Amino acid sequence: MDSHARVVLDDADIGRAIRRIAHEIVEKARGTDDLVLLGIPTRGVALAERIAVALESIEGATVPVGSLDITLYRDDLRLRPARPLEETSIPAEGIDGRVVVLVDDVLYSGRTVRAALDALNDLGRPAAVRLAVLVDRGHRELPIRPDYVGKNLPTSVDEMVRVEVTEVDGVDRVAIWEGE
Amino acid sequence: MTIVLRGARPYGEEPRDIVVADGVIVDLATPGTAEGEVVDADGLIAVPGFVDLHTHLREPGREDAETVLTGSQAAALGGYTCVHAMANTSPVADTAGVVEQVWRLGQEAGLVDVRPVGAVTVGLAGERMAELGAMADSAAGVRVFSDDGKCVHDAVLMRRALEYVKAFDGVVAQHAQEPRLTENAQMNEGELSGRLGLAGWPAVAEEAIIARDVLLAQHVGSRLHVCHLSTAGSVEVVRWAKSRGVDVTAEVTPHHLVLTEELVASYDPLYKVNPPLRTAEDVEALREALADGTIDIVATDHAPHPHEDKDCEWAAAAMGMLGLETALGVLMETMVLPGRLTWRQLADRMSSAPAQIGRVRTQGHELVPGAVANITVIDPEATSVVDPMRLASKSRNSPYAGRTLPGRVVHTLYAGTPTVLDGALA
Amino acid sequence: MQHLLSAGDLSLEEAVLILDTAAELAAVTDRSVKKLPTLRGRTVVNLFFEDSTRTRISFELAAKRLSADVINFAAKGSSVSKGESLKDTALTLEAMGADAVVIRHGASGAPHRLATSGWIGAPVINAGDGTHEHPTQALLDAYTLRRHLRGGAGDLAGVRVAIVGDILHSRVARSNVLLLQTLGADVTLVAPPTLMPFGVESWPCRISYDIDEVLPDVDAVMMLRVQAERMQAAYFPSALEYSRRYGLDVARMAALPSDAIVLHPGPMNRGMEISADVADSPRSVMVEQVANGVSVRMAVLYLLLGGMKEESA
Repeated sequence: MDSHARVVLDDADIGRAIRRIAHEIVEKARGTDDLVLLGIPTRGVALAERIAVALESIEGATVPVGSLDITLYRDDLRLRPARPLEETSIPAEGIDGRVVVLVDDVLYSGRTVRAALDALNDLGRPAAVRLAVLVDRGHRELPIRPDYVGKNLPTSVDEMVRVEVTEVDGVDRVAIWEGE
Repeated sequence: MTIVLRGARPYGEEPRDIVVADGVIVDLATPGTAEGEVVDADGLIAVPGFVDLHTHLREPGREDAETVLTGSQAAALGGYTCVHAMANTSPVADTAGVVEQVWRLGQEAGLVDVRPVGAVTVGLAGERMAELGAMADSAAGVRVFSDDGKCVHDAVLMRRALEYVKAFDGVVAQHAQEPRLTENAQMNEGELSGRLGLAGWPAVAEEAIIARDVLLAQHVGSRLHVCHLSTAGSVEVVRWAKSRGVDVTAEVTPHHLVLTEELVASYDPLYKVNPPLRTAEDVEALREALADGTIDIVATDHAPHPHEDKDCEWAAAAMGMLGLETALGVLMETMVLPGRLTWRQLADRMSSAPAQIGRVRTQGHELVPGAVANITVIDPEATSVVDPMRLASKSRNSPYAGRTLPGRVVHTLYAGTPTVLDGALA
Repeated sequence: MQHLLSAGDLSLEEAVLILDTAAELAAVTDRSVKKLPTLRGRTVVNLFFEDSTRTRISFELAAKRLSADVINFAAKGSSVSKGESLKDTALTLEAMGADAVVIRHGASGAPHRLATSGWIGAPVINAGDGTHEHPTQALLDAYTLRRHLRGGAGDLAGVRVAIVGDILHSRVARSNVLLLQTLGADVTLVAPPTLMPFGVESWPCRISYDIDEVLPDVDAVMMLRVQAERMQAAYFPSALEYSRRYGLDVARMAALPSDAIVLHPGPMNRGMEISADVADSPRSVMVEQVANGVSVRMAVLYLLLGGMKEESA
């Protein structure tokens, strides 16, 4: 890691944040019936799976987990070369009439969530859509707010926030870089 | 008027003042001594004016591609003093009337000796012999007959034509292409044609006709000329025929001495030509044959086509390439500079031998006093980048665009009159 | 990747990326809303100088599933030496703002000309040119092979494929040999010697004149359409003899390993290169090939058009 990076959450912090989010989801949904967790690749999927584990330990029920790639719904496709697609897998239960919790690592401009809402719209009609993020760093460009936040992290636009998870990066860590 | 080519080196040998008067070389004087209208040729090489046995001037019929005048200009700038205008015009040059018209247009242009080639068969259709005798007896005095572009594939017809032209010392110049083996053919048949999905043009289609024709020529005791050899196998057949005493001569184009089939992978129709570009092995065999005399002459097969006939997909494009203005450069690059032909041998292959085959008595003379003053003066040190837009030809289909070629034609004298001075039309 | 002209232009990574992308896009077909917004506002022109309803429809559907506008430009008859030239057609499409041109043409190399002659700036996708190539067909075949024989992921290393039929005139065979070689498969071409391309010995595959010797050792057999008209040009003596020596019938199918599959790019000549029993058997994957064609073409369109425009070299 670069010397000018600053770790703001370590593995223990991340574990606590996930358990708290799981508790809040149960509380708000009054249980886990009809819940579906959809992680936004890449790291949102790992986080969704961990939340599902936490939910199971709290409620004893298995919550379906899937992944939702939003690449094809992005509004900035033409600003970069064509990107490879990530996996989309919707649990067999589907999303119609269910409460979908979108899970992502960092909430920033809100454009990813906007794309995810569009993608969900083409996949079915959930009863409700909630948003869980590990880090909210502010600077929203769209009227979107999270329902469950692991940590609010005030940042400047020059800074970069990077979430690492063991499943992908071999380590659990959230760090802030100074911009160039 | 007396013209002095001051300090020119005939055949690259010792410098002389070449003195020309009344259309004839009158003296080869010590440099700096002759008097008259002096044309600076200091250190430049002088050879007899080039004679092209295979030129498409397109007039009458396709004046949008070339005319006798523009083709003559291109020829003069290329160092030529004589061209043989192929018969595949519209109407076809298969009557005394058409060949006389082309001949007269050549006279009017006055830049080179334009010798019409007569068609062997009526309309190039390969069915009935054209009035070869009438063309021979006409003002054009035709001696070379060819259905070029089409092969005289009927063996009986070919035999009769070979026999018939003996009466006036003519020669049949065969475009050797077995038609059934080359139906819809697009490029040399080989691994590459299979890969590019272009119908193949097998070497055997050329070689089989040459083999048949040399045997026919031997059988009837006629002379035969074979147009544009393109394969190593054709060279072998001609070499074998000559060793048996067959009166056969053969030509090669500049492009078959330098370009290979790999260029077709671009699908750029500039490289579409008949016969097709072949392999590097074929190119080497052709160079060797030109050097050892198996191939007698270089002929350009200058084939102008308007832009739209090349600016299209491969299959729809016309076949042929420009050649008159780049022939010397290609020959210098492939044969003279590598030491495979001396300047005297180059003069033989590009001037005296073709004049002899075409029975053009006023061309191809050695540079000696008394000879008709058809002279090409070359700067062997110069190089130039081929720019199709700057060619005198009316068409632009040169395969050498952007390529640097050695040598430059500085002056051309046609029957004693300068047609090109300092690289520009006089 | 700026154009898709030849299957041979694809690296292993690019080929696998296209197949992986197609696998993700295939899911769209199973959704209630069979549409993605990805190419909204983009115009794809299907420029067809030859009739090919199935290929055109496949590209059209692929483009529409990605929300592109599709214009079908049937230019049949204006191909060679009559009517509007390829160049003028290209200039027209450029002026109309085409973002991609899908071209089917009877002349080998026509897509290459379109892409490299400066007539048009849009990406060009070869949908079959003369007897040259048909790269998206090879991609859909590879996709189908990978789904059945490699669990739908990675490359095709070690997969043994026989391609049987009129190799000489087949753009499908050329593209397949190139792509399958890139993906690591082991290809054997089977045809009578008259229907093998000149110089095929130097292609990256094996050749055989005997289908019965090849079938027991392959994982898939791809039957190519053989037009009875070839008979007139003396490529083989009769349709019956061709069918007897090279056709895939039930008896020959039984010689295949039990899990081997049968492919055909269509349209089939039932009774000629393939018997009706084989065509309708569960081992035939022709119907699936059609569906996979749409996914693969969506992937190609997305990868060529879904990002920012690449600068022309």
